[in-house]
Formats: sequence, structure tokens, C-alpha cells
Amino acid sequence: MEVTTVTQWFMACYADDIPENGGACVKYGDEQIAIYNFSRRGEWFATQNLCPHKQQMALSRGMIGSAGDTCEPKVACPFHKKTFSLLTGECLNGDDYTIKTYPVKVEEGRVYIGIE
Amino acid sequence: MVGYKFCEKLTAKSSLFNIVVFGEEPRRAYDRVHLSEYFNGKSADDLSMSTESWYRENGITLHLNDLIQEINIAAKTVHSLQGTVLKYDFLVLATGSSAFVPAIPGIEKEGVFVYRTIEDLELIKAYATKAKSGAVMGGGLLGLEAAKALIDLGIQETHVVEFAPRLMPRQIDTTGSAMLQSKLSALGLKIHLNKSTLEIAGEGKIESLKFADESSLGVDMLVISAGIRPRDELAKLAGLKVGSRGGIVVNEKMQTSDPCVFAIGECALYENMIYGLVAPGYEMADVVVGYLTEGSKSFHGFDMSTKLKLIGVDVASFGDAFITEPDCRTIVFEDTHKGIYKRINISLDGKYLLGGILVGEAEAYNLLLQTVNNKIVLPPNPEDLILGSRGGESAGGAGVMNLPDEALICSCEAVSKGDICSAVEGGVTSVDGIKKCTKAGTGCGGCVPMIKDLVNGTMAANGLYVKNSLCEHFDYSRQELLDLIRLNKIKTYDDCLDKFGKGDGCEVCKPAVASILSSLWNDLIVKQDTIQDSNDRYLANIQKGGTYSVVPRIPGGEITPEKLIVIGEVAKKYGLYTKITGGQRIDLFGAHVSDLPAIWEELIAAGFESGHAYGKALRTVKSCVGSTWCRFGLHDSVSFAIEIEDRYKGIRAPHKLKGGVSGCIRECAEAQGKDFGIIATEKGWNLYVCGNGGSKPQHAQLLAADVDKETCTRYLDRFLMFYIKTADPLTRTATWLNKMEGGMSYLKNVIVNDSLGIGAQLDTEMQQLISTYHCEWKEVVDNAELRKRFVHFVNAPQEKDPNVQFEPLRDQVKAKNW
Repeated sequence: MEVTTVTQWFMACYADDIPENGGACVKYGDEQIAIYNFSRRGEWFATQNLCPHKQQMALSRGMIGSAGDTCEPKVACPFHKKTFSLLTGECLNGDDYTIKTYPVKVEEGRVYIGIE
Repeated sequence: MVGYKFCEKLTAKSSLFNIVVFGEEPRRAYDRVHLSEYFNGKSADDLSMSTESWYRENGITLHLNDLIQEINIAAKTVHSLQGTVLKYDFLVLATGSSAFVPAIPGIEKEGVFVYRTIEDLELIKAYATKAKSGAVMGGGLLGLEAAKALIDLGIQETHVVEFAPRLMPRQIDTTGSAMLQSKLSALGLKIHLNKSTLEIAGEGKIESLKFADESSLGVDMLVISAGIRPRDELAKLAGLKVGSRGGIVVNEKMQTSDPCVFAIGECALYENMIYGLVAPGYEMADVVVGYLTEGSKSFHGFDMSTKLKLIGVDVASFGDAFITEPDCRTIVFEDTHKGIYKRINISLDGKYLLGGILVGEAEAYNLLLQTVNNKIVLPPNPEDLILGSRGGESAGGAGVMNLPDEALICSCEAVSKGDICSAVEGGVTSVDGIKKCTKAGTGCGGCVPMIKDLVNGTMAANGLYVKNSLCEHFDYSRQELLDLIRLNKIKTYDDCLDKFGKGDGCEVCKPAVASILSSLWNDLIVKQDTIQDSNDRYLANIQKGGTYSVVPRIPGGEITPEKLIVIGEVAKKYGLYTKITGGQRIDLFGAHVSDLPAIWEELIAAGFESGHAYGKALRTVKSCVGSTWCRFGLHDSVSFAIEIEDRYKGIRAPHKLKGGVSGCIRECAEAQGKDFGIIATEKGWNLYVCGNGGSKPQHAQLLAADVDKETCTRYLDRFLMFYIKTADPLTRTATWLNKMEGGMSYLKNVIVNDSLGIGAQLDTEMQQLISTYHCEWKEVVDNAELRKRFVHFVNAPQEKDPNVQFEPLRDQVKAKNW
């Protein structure tokens, strides 16, 4: 999903801070943002770190993967395995949760997160 | 929504029509049912029901921002705002409804809004930034939705003002309303009933509401949600027949008074009734498509049962919710403590369910609705329907499987149980797949749990589980994959996925493959940390609040005073809660992820190792004190337990493994409740296997009697290796045996009599695992690169997660509740 309202790119961390095909968490003010280095696809994603199911700061420690024929990229919360689309933030288990997603760009080994 | 659905249904059935769509709003049709999600992060694009290219691909011309101003029935033409004049053969009006705005003085003031379109929402959102308090006029379904939106927007004080003496008068009864009210009040919503608003006061902008009872309420903004009014102006102007209280009059084919003009959705009036839900609107669209494509479908009213989540409170009403005694019998369950109210109305003969109301908990809604709609004969104790069966097996998913094939599961898209089950039989075995191929569950989504049960139920009934694929990414069972990985010498997950799988993996296959790789090659698991479950990735158990617990290995439960002191010192230093586990070990809870390597370092320095409490691996071998101290003990059970625990420590298996060794038949180590249990006899040892405690306790069964230590150990090697190689992921030994054809006698033949001729191979494989053991904690502690991974914030490694919070508990701490 292309978000066009980015007003600021926040330099979050270095690309090698985030494990391949996994995630890690960065601090942005009082916010916690999970960044995922989906190296298998050559893509980067970012979402809120909070899993809305039990309000745990844990999504960055979750496993990432894909769902369905369209290979929708997703992350599974380590607590109870609720899965969320990394594209739309929608909960893929049919629950009524949505998480926030952020645009990410990587330039010269630095990871930037787009803030609205 | 209904207009779009009409286009979708018509283009799917026929390509003979040239469709032109006119819309007043600047955007394509969007999902109004989930409108309030616009406030918690969904964009207008997310809510959109289709893409621009969809219209193009289906040959539909779309005019947005272009309201039809006039219909000329005689000439069969429509005239748009932007000046288009178009001739039609058939015209479908799906003009919907607008918010009803009562004529209250001051209604034009700044800060007064309606809640209907995305534009309304944008205005509300903008104004809410400067408002501290807000009120919603109307305590019906939409009003409470609007109140939820105000709360989501961060309005500190949200009021609901209702003219009637209760909330949601159309859907639920007085008691249900009272329950809903107390739940919503507890959540911070301020509810005012019996309030007739006389005036909206303020200088230019709203400042307060004045009521007929001379009270007033100061608010910064007001959202009006006092009902809907069908948009019938255009039809009226064209001379089509409309109802006296609004709505375009239609017959059972949805034709208006002009047979070439149809009306569907909330603007249509069928037998004096406006259907303000999406499902009947879709049904109406289907009827018109049927008519145009020579189908024979008619509209005969629609079930208005609904289930909603209002500000976190489940509310549902179904069937005839309001019928009362003596026309029926009612069963009521009321729990003011938890805020649950359930009422079911049953026929006088007690045979059928007529309808009911659920507030606070509505899990049973789908099944209850099906019971009404399909006239299913009630069980002898119909109260079980709302109380659940008390004692005995719960019906669970079986209830859905018992429905007749024609039972309507998804009422939004009119999909029956038969449709879903035949799709499953045709090979669609996921809920997402069902959504795609039948569209079931894509409307309000309320039926998704039932679809899940139907998919699982149908698969089980057809023996589809026999295939036993790991997940959507691997079309192999765990055992097949293990053989493939072994034969092809695959060492990494990515390599495995490239060669034998598809897609990008998931949280099911990643840890399963990780476990196979460990069981085969025993490589350091943190080398591929992102395919491990969180516990294996951080070599500790994630607990409430996001902290971890640490369990050092204490083989056989034997520990020196010096080591006990070290555990105590470490716990004190890092603020950890300590508890003795069920497996004779000590668990230290509440460790920050960044403290883990330092904690391990101190424990390792004192001679501890990882206890693998986080892994699908050997946990503990429990022992009684045995012949060294006990006057009944026959052999030294502690020494044997320590030997066994050291032998198998670190070995990864399909699930966790626990063992026990008892020094005599008094069985103080509870060895028969473990995956393997050894009990001393006069002549040697008895070996029991496949026991289980936990949720389904099962006694272990005797594999070999009166054997010596060496034989016992050899059998145990083979047994464990055979289990590791053949069990499904996350299957304990007890379940594995229960599913095994031939059961215990087969297993005994394989292990003791080597009936498959694989004994020597199993021995070698186990020896390989034992000889490659390493303590994972130590590997991390000694490796600066690996240690770096143990931080909460990668851009602020010194900082701990500020969300981690503890509360005091009996001189220690506990995680804050969720």
C-alpha cells in the first residue's frame, strides 16, 4: 500500500540491526515500531510493536511469513499467534483487530520509517 | 454498497448489459458497515469495495461526483448534475438513506454533525481535535457506533443522549438494555435517557444541549444519529410511488411503480418496511439481477437478526426477540457481575427456538440463529443453549456440522452450509480460500467462526486430515519432510523452502522445520534464530508483559547449597520472581530481554546450563530420593535420573519431553505420568512410555520389565529417536501412541524386537545427537554478535521496554494483568 502523506522520514536504525527474515523494535519518541527485514522477498515492512490482542509489545519478536495464493506478507505475535498482514495491518485470523503499518525505505544501509 | 453489489452480481451472470453508474460522492462504493474503523487507522482506500480498474475491466462506466437530478420516466432518460443525459432500458435506484436530522433550534450551529459518509467522518475528525467533550444524539445501533468513534478520536468525555427510556429499543428488551447501559457506563460512556432535546445553545457554535426537563448538558460537539431517512426525493420527483413516511415502494421483484425502474437497499420500501442492513440489500440486488437475467427469484422480507460489538460489548438479537409469555416460554440468564444477559424464547411445546437476545456474550449467536432458521428440534434441556452444557462433552463445532445443507451460514452473501462443505470437498481447505471462492464471510464477517468449524468438520469427516500437510507452504507431513531433509542434507530453512515448499513460510512450518533440523544435525539453533518460536529465539520463555523466565537445568532435582545461593543472588540482583516448578527445578520470572545474557553468564559461571524450558526438548527427569536415603528404595533413582537427563539434554523433539525415575513402586517421582518413566524393581528397572499429565492425563504403558540399566537406556534411545522421526509437530508421545496403528504392541515390536530392522540406525542417530550437545546459553554469552540480538530497542540498546510493569505480590513481584 503506497502511503503518500509521509511528511518525515525517521532514521530508525541500520539495516544490519534487523535480522534477516525477522524483526526488531525501534523507539520513536514514546512509540515502539517493529521493523521487519523480509530478506527472502527483498522487502522491508514496519508496524506498531503492540499486539492489540493482549496489548503486548511483542510483534517485533514474532515470526514473519506469507499467507495464501497472493503470498500476503504477515507477522505472527509470539504470544498467541494472532497473525497480521504486513501490508494492511489487518488481522488474518478473522479477529476484529487492525495494526498500524508504516512505510519503510532503506538507503545506504540505513533504515528509514515514514511518519505521517 | 448495494449498488456495487448489484454490478458485481450482474457482471458475473451476464455480459449483455451496458452498465453506467452515477454516484453523488467523490469516491467509489465503500464499506459503510465498517465505517467506524476509519477512526482506528483504516483509510478510505481500505474501506473501498473495489478498485478503479475493476469497473474498467467489467466494462462499467463510472461517474463519480455526479448526482442524478432528474429521471424522465416517459422518455426513459436520466439527467445528471454535470449535464449528462442518458437513455436507459432499466434503471436501478440504490440511493440509500441519509441521516434523519430533527428540526431542533440551533441544529445549524458549528460543531453539530451527522454520521453517515466518509466526508462526515472527516469533518468530525477535524473538529474533534479541539473538543474535550462530545455527545451523540440517539442511543440506537448507529448512535452507539458514533459514540465509539468519538471515544476512538480521543474525546475525553462522551455522552449519549436518548429520547426513549432505553438503549437500542429496536433490537433488545428492557433488561438487556439495562445490562448494556451498565456495561457501557462502566467503560466511561455517560448515558442520558428520557431526554428530549429542545435546543442546541451556544454563540455560533454548540456549547450545550437544553432538554425538556429543564436540565442541560455542556458539550463541545454533537453527532446526530437519530435514525435514517430513505433517499426517495428523486423517485418522488419522477412521479414514482413513495411511502407516506418515506421509501420507494417496490414489489417482490423490487420493481417500483414503473416496471423498468427498480429500487434496492435502504431506499426501498417493501411491504411498509425499510431494511436498514446490508444483507437484505444484497438479497434485493440478487433479485433484480435474477429478473434481468431471467431468473425467478423474489424478495419475501428478510431476517433482521444482528450481532454486533458495541464499544467492546457483544449485543445480538435474533428471530422473534420480543415475543413474550403467554405466546411462548422464555428462559433468561442474567449475571450482573459479569454483565451478561441472555434470553431465549421457545415455543409453548418446548420443541423450537423462536428467538432471543444476547448482551455481554454472544458466542452462541450463530448457532442459535441457525437453530431458529432451520427449525431444529431443541434438546431436552434448552437452557444448555445459553448456559453451555454443564458436565459431559461440549458440543463445540459438531453443532454446526449437524445443520441441514440448506442452512444459511453467511446471510450477507447468501451462502449455505452445503455451498461451503462442497467447496471444502472440492479442495478448498482454508477459511481464506472459502472466502475467495464462495464470498462467504466477506460481508459483516460474523459467520467466520462457523466457516472455520465447517471447514475443519468437513475435512475431518472426509478424512482429509490423512494427508497431514505441515501447512500451506509444505505439502508434506513432518515425517516425510524429515526424510527429505535428511536424504538431501538440507541444513537451512530457506534451502528447505526453496526445494520442497512454496511461498514465504509461516509460524507453523518455520518452528517445525527448525525442530527437524535440530533433531537431525543438532546445529546451534540461534544461528537461524528467526525461524524459531520466540521462546527458542531468545532461549527463555516469554511471559505476560513481554519479560522472560529463566530455568537453569537442575538434573534429577539435585542441587548443592552453593548453587541454590547463586540462584538466589541472581534473582535478587535482577529483580526476579522465583518459584519451584513441577519438575523439581527453579524458575526465575520477569527478566528483561536485555538482561538475559548477563543472567546466564552468572549462572554458567556457577556451573549451571540451560534447562531448555523454552524448547520442544527434554525438560526434566524427576526423581524420588531413592535407595541413597529412603528406607523403601530399591535402587539409586537419583543417580539414574541425572544420568538420563544429562544424556538427552538439548535434544529437540516434536514436542517437549519429560521423564521420571522412581526408586520403588510407591512411585514418588510420578514416572508413569511422563513421556518416559523408569521404576525400580527387585530385579532391575521397568520402563514405561507415552504417559502424560497436563490436560488429558494418561498413564504410561510398560515397554520393558526388569531390565538392567544399559538395556533400559538403549530402549529409551530407540524410543525417543523413533518418536522424534515419526511424530507430527506438537504431538506429545501419548497422542503419538494413541494415533499409532497397532498401538503399544507395534511400538514394543519396533523398539524391543527391532521388527523394522532400524534399531542400529536409531542407536547411531541418537549417539550423534548426544555427542553434539552444547549449552545454547553459553554459545550466546561467549559470542558478541549473538549477544547484540538481546535488546528491546535496536536503536536504543541500553533502554528497557518502558511498558514492562510489575505489581507487588507476597514479597515478590508479578506481571501486571492484561
